[in-house]
Amino acid sequence: MIKNTAAQMSAALEKGETTSVELTKLHLDRIAEVDPKVKAFLHVDGESALKQAAAVDADRASGKKLGPLAGIPLALKDVLAQEGVPTTAGSKILQDWKPPYDSTVVAKLKAAGVVILGKTNMDEFAMGSSTENSGYGPTFNPWDLTRTPGGSSGGSAAAVSAFEAPIAIGSDTGGSIRQPAALTGIVGVRPTYGAVSRYGLIAYSSSLDQAGPFGRTVLDTALLHEVIAGHDPKDATSLNAPVPAVVAAAKSGDVKGLKIGVIKQLQGDGYQTGVLARFNESLDILASLGAEIVQVDCPSFEYALAAYYLIAPSECSSNLARFDAMRYGLRTGEADGASAETVMNATREAGFGREVKRRIILGTYALSSGYYDAYYGSAQKIRTLIIEDYKKAFTQADVLVSPTSPITAFKIGEKSEDPIAMYLADVATIPVNLAGICGMSLPAGLADEDNLPVGFQIMAPAMQDQRLYQVGAALEAALVSKWGGHLISKAPALGGAK
Amino acid sequence: MSSLSRDEVAKLAALARIEMSEAELINLSSQFGSILDAVARVQELNLEGVKATSHPQPLENIFREDVVLPSLTPDQALSGAPAQEDQRFRVPQILGEAE
Repeated sequence: MIKNTAAQMSAALEKGETTSVELTKLHLDRIAEVDPKVKAFLHVDGESALKQAAAVDADRASGKKLGPLAGIPLALKDVLAQEGVPTTAGSKILQDWKPPYDSTVVAKLKAAGVVILGKTNMDEFAMGSSTENSGYGPTFNPWDLTRTPGGSSGGSAAAVSAFEAPIAIGSDTGGSIRQPAALTGIVGVRPTYGAVSRYGLIAYSSSLDQAGPFGRTVLDTALLHEVIAGHDPKDATSLNAPVPAVVAAAKSGDVKGLKIGVIKQLQGDGYQTGVLARFNESLDILASLGAEIVQVDCPSFEYALAAYYLIAPSECSSNLARFDAMRYGLRTGEADGASAETVMNATREAGFGREVKRRIILGTYALSSGYYDAYYGSAQKIRTLIIEDYKKAFTQADVLVSPTSPITAFKIGEKSEDPIAMYLADVATIPVNLAGICGMSLPAGLADEDNLPVGFQIMAPAMQDQRLYQVGAALEAALVSKWGGHLISKAPALGGAK
Repeated sequence: MSSLSRDEVAKLAALARIEMSEAELINLSSQFGSILDAVARVQELNLEGVKATSHPQPLENIFREDVVLPSLTPDQALSGAPAQEDQRFRVPQILGEAE
């Protein structure tokens, strides 16, 4: 049962073949069995999950009309506030903090009857591409436990690929949903900026952050997307527009007559052979399904990584100023007569990890007078050029595509001492964030040289998220029929799977 | 090749209110050159006349009706406070009373 898709579980619930309590128990058992190896979760709340499940079962028994994900278990990235449940963002500075309110995403999940199993591990404050920057230790890739699951939403991606949950929530500031989805062989979507409320999403880089769904199939991902999206007056940057028809698109999956643009700058040097092989194979499949493949040129994408590593650290140096040891979170260094400033300095030293400090310092530098125009100012102008490149490319194609990540899952520790090498993991995902558009990663197969999952990235204009699902579903159907099943069915068992 | 000295990193750390250890200052200083070189690529293009983008959506002046909505109770707002007193956040001294 746990290997089924969320849509199949939903149908089984509807027919009375199982209950949400039973589904939840099976997933809690699976977590108890494999999470000591995978370490996807920071906090599992079985009692509360079973209570939520029982409430949904009671609603169903009383004949109440329920949504498609009612009673389905989910893993939640620890960056989203959930009332009364520890929410750390992977940081020691928020150890034991229990928010007094629900983020809008959590409120929507609860209203839809989705059962929240627990909170998943992540790079501290979503800063990283491997989940190794967590203050609570790394998460391990279910495909190979010596490798990272990617990041920063590595816990959520690992939970879904290890069958600890059928669906999960992540957040994507520079690729933090799509890259771990690629490295763990599942589907992940970063919705259009402003499509999902950021209220209660602990901020890293406010102009880039966006929460989004993970699933093992395109349809499951769409079902979750539809639950969490929509306008929210509590988030001033939330878009007041109808939610794109993502579920309908995931069910139709047709690319006949569509123009698919391959971005010249997002391939070639630095991309692993097996990644490019699977990418090109997927392009051939899309062409055989009736899509027209065109080449597009986005020259300023060469500078996207540099612009991102100025904009995001600059915004984070400001956002993380709220961790001041005064109102919530850690407070330390309170010796007799220590001033507020001394306590603040000592607390931030003790509470923040290495990468967070590195980015705060870089942001502080980039925003300081004398350097502002040369660094932050130039990065903002590059951002404009990237938006213009996309605009032009979208006049030539309906969707754009690239490999999601230039490489497959790398070894734990392989890049943790080399920040620049780690930053390169996001080279193909970052342009989407800078432009505020939407992107999906879905499995394209295994690389021949290492037998690890490869992700295929699809990008669409703002609020055209349904195009991701339309193209993704068509490609997925063709690949699944070629493979004789979903890619995830090839993942190692990790233990006695039920 | 860019560089940032140990003292420059110390000044930035003080501005960012992080009391870094000597080892951290030296480590960050040694890494900063290559990080600055990587991000300085934004200066390679001629950006004259290009507008800056601070935000991806063209939204401005988002207002709501001026009505009272439910909010956190004082107990809820103080629930995560490291220290509290009389329904207020209790903080270390912020003025130099000891002088």
